[in-house]
Amino acid sequence: MTQELAIEAKALVKQFDGFRAVDGVDLAVPAGAIYGVLGPNGAGKTTTLRMLLGIIDPDSGERKVLGNRQPLRAANRIGYLPEERGLYPTMQAREAIAFMGALRGLKLGEARTRADRLLAEHGLADAARKPIRTLSKGMAQTVQILGTIVHRPRLIVLDEPFSGLDAINQERLEAMIRAQVDAGATVLFSTHVIAHAERLCERIAIIVGGRVRFEGSVAEARGRLQAQVTLVTRRTEGAWRTALPADARCENGAWIFPLPGNGIEPLLARLIEGEAGIEELSIERPGLHDAFVEIVGETAAQGIRKEPEPE
Amino acid sequence: MLTNLHAALVIARRDYVATVWSRAFILFLLGPLIPILFGVTFGSVGSKMSAPAAPPTIAILASGGEAQALRVARKRIFTILGDEGLPRIEVSTTSDADRLLKHDEAAAVVIGLPDRPVLRGAPEVVSRHAALIEWMLADARRDRALDKAGIVLRPVTLKREFIAAPAHSDQNDRSTLARAGQLLLLFLTMILTGMLLSNMMEEKSSKVIEILAAAVPVDAIFLGKLIAMLGMSLTGIAIWASVAAGALFAFVPVSALQMIAPAVGWPIFILLSTIYFISSYLLVGALYLGIGAQAGTVREVQTLSMPLTFGQLIIFGFAASAADQTNGPAAIAASLFPWSSPYAMIARAAQRPEIWPHLLAIAWQAATVAMIVRVGANLFRRSVLKSGGAGIWRKLIERSSWVA
Repeated sequence: MTQELAIEAKALVKQFDGFRAVDGVDLAVPAGAIYGVLGPNGAGKTTTLRMLLGIIDPDSGERKVLGNRQPLRAANRIGYLPEERGLYPTMQAREAIAFMGALRGLKLGEARTRADRLLAEHGLADAARKPIRTLSKGMAQTVQILGTIVHRPRLIVLDEPFSGLDAINQERLEAMIRAQVDAGATVLFSTHVIAHAERLCERIAIIVGGRVRFEGSVAEARGRLQAQVTLVTRRTEGAWRTALPADARCENGAWIFPLPGNGIEPLLARLIEGEAGIEELSIERPGLHDAFVEIVGETAAQGIRKEPEPE
Repeated sequence: MLTNLHAALVIARRDYVATVWSRAFILFLLGPLIPILFGVTFGSVGSKMSAPAAPPTIAILASGGEAQALRVARKRIFTILGDEGLPRIEVSTTSDADRLLKHDEAAAVVIGLPDRPVLRGAPEVVSRHAALIEWMLADARRDRALDKAGIVLRPVTLKREFIAAPAHSDQNDRSTLARAGQLLLLFLTMILTGMLLSNMMEEKSSKVIEILAAAVPVDAIFLGKLIAMLGMSLTGIAIWASVAAGALFAFVPVSALQMIAPAVGWPIFILLSTIYFISSYLLVGALYLGIGAQAGTVREVQTLSMPLTFGQLIIFGFAASAADQTNGPAAIAASLFPWSSPYAMIARAAQRPEIWPHLLAIAWQAATVAMIVRVGANLFRRSVLKSGGAGIWRKLIERSSWVA
């Protein structure tokens, strides 16, 4: 049985004055998934999202969003948080959320009721009637995020949603994303911070230079690299040495080698049998960042962060 | 997805509320004071509007001793009564009463002295001031009787003759009204298009446009902005009209207003003016919004708006130069050219009574508005959301900014 897709993109291309910002991107976002688009700044992530949302049209290629080839036809079922946050500074918080709901088809009265409820749920009831310009940056961002979900969308597209948020608000946003998916929504977000994708995503696409370099599950990405075994023994010589893989190397008194394909147990048995005198044995599984470096290369990976920037 | 119109109305409502509750709207409301002050200062519109409140002039045609006696009588009576509320009375030695009336030098004349005096002039002036003139004639006659023995002192019987207000006077007033209408139209359109451009720049700089464009078609954003500014301006006009109507009824006699009635009558003139204002605003606003979308910075907006403003002034000048020759080739050309058509037709409404040319003009303007709004929306769509690169307009702006 084929899995239902919330987004399907094939060979999307977008040029700006001869510069190919997006160069043949393919994406398949399963319905109900949290899907991350990873890449350094300038990789083409935002342009890809804008094409998927119908803000701009691709020069070539095809896209299908919630079953529509014209994404704006599904606009009432989509929520979008752009990278560059935009709110009217003089508008009240509840009016800003209600306005975004009205744009997505809600009746204004209903949108206001939902805005009040969302603000209360997120501890911002006191800010409901305050103009946006008087709110802190974090509060304003929360207001915008609430405006993105006020109409209960089936697909939520978030462009660098964690940038500018402190650690607490990042955690809250992660929880909110999970809650939306639990409620049946699909979440697609872009980020240049690996940790968020690693914690949240089931599937990712890595985009560099306008091209998808990897598309698959996080486990598949990690699986491109083998786990590394580090072994420290009391004895330096002996029969146990024959148990080590041929590509094992010794660094500062420790043996380092890839985890054998048949697992650690057979190796461990032979080391004990050969009286290696195991002092330390550890297995380090590769993270998504390691996989990213392996996929795109060290130079391209420089534009990506392993962990969120400290606020 | 919302329909284009529904989406446009959601955006228009937000923009309208935000604008009407802003300080900019107060400034907008105060805006018309500027041309009125100019008008008053330089004696154009303001002086014309206030002229009917000045006392009318009554010319008494007499000669020799009769004239002298009348001047003495005038002095004596004005000393007794004071001159407040009284007409200006001039004793003229000319014999051409018609010329005085025709050239608006007098609202009424006294002819037929000494034996068969007739007060001829506008009905209101004749009715109101006949008694005063009779008194003055009687007083002068008594003096003459005392001075010269042999003149029989008989009671003065002043015959009254009413004439309609001379046609040329209406024409002058209507010409003034036509120019005032054109000036007001230019002024309103310029203010509004400026506000439209600032509003769009604010939207681009606050990045809200990205959220709007992800939710509704760009055409709806464009239309919503146009509708919001139009609604805002009509609100402003309603407020101005109420204040102006109150002031007119309080301070200006109804007769004065009747004297400057436009050829089509006030109700139709107001209706047509509103339609032509909407048409002019949409024609210019759509172009401003379309071209303004090319700009990325306030500086670029300034660079752009300068030639557009010059263009507006040239078009206004073209229409204004043809204002008095409503059937002349220049006026017809101005009526046909979309951007000058509202100016030309407002001048026509002030001066010519026919309605059918307005129906044609409104149909023509509606067609061109639809076309220009479409072109403006296309320009807007192509450039307002472009994240990289520059269109040809923008390249031109950047080049001219660099040269400057």
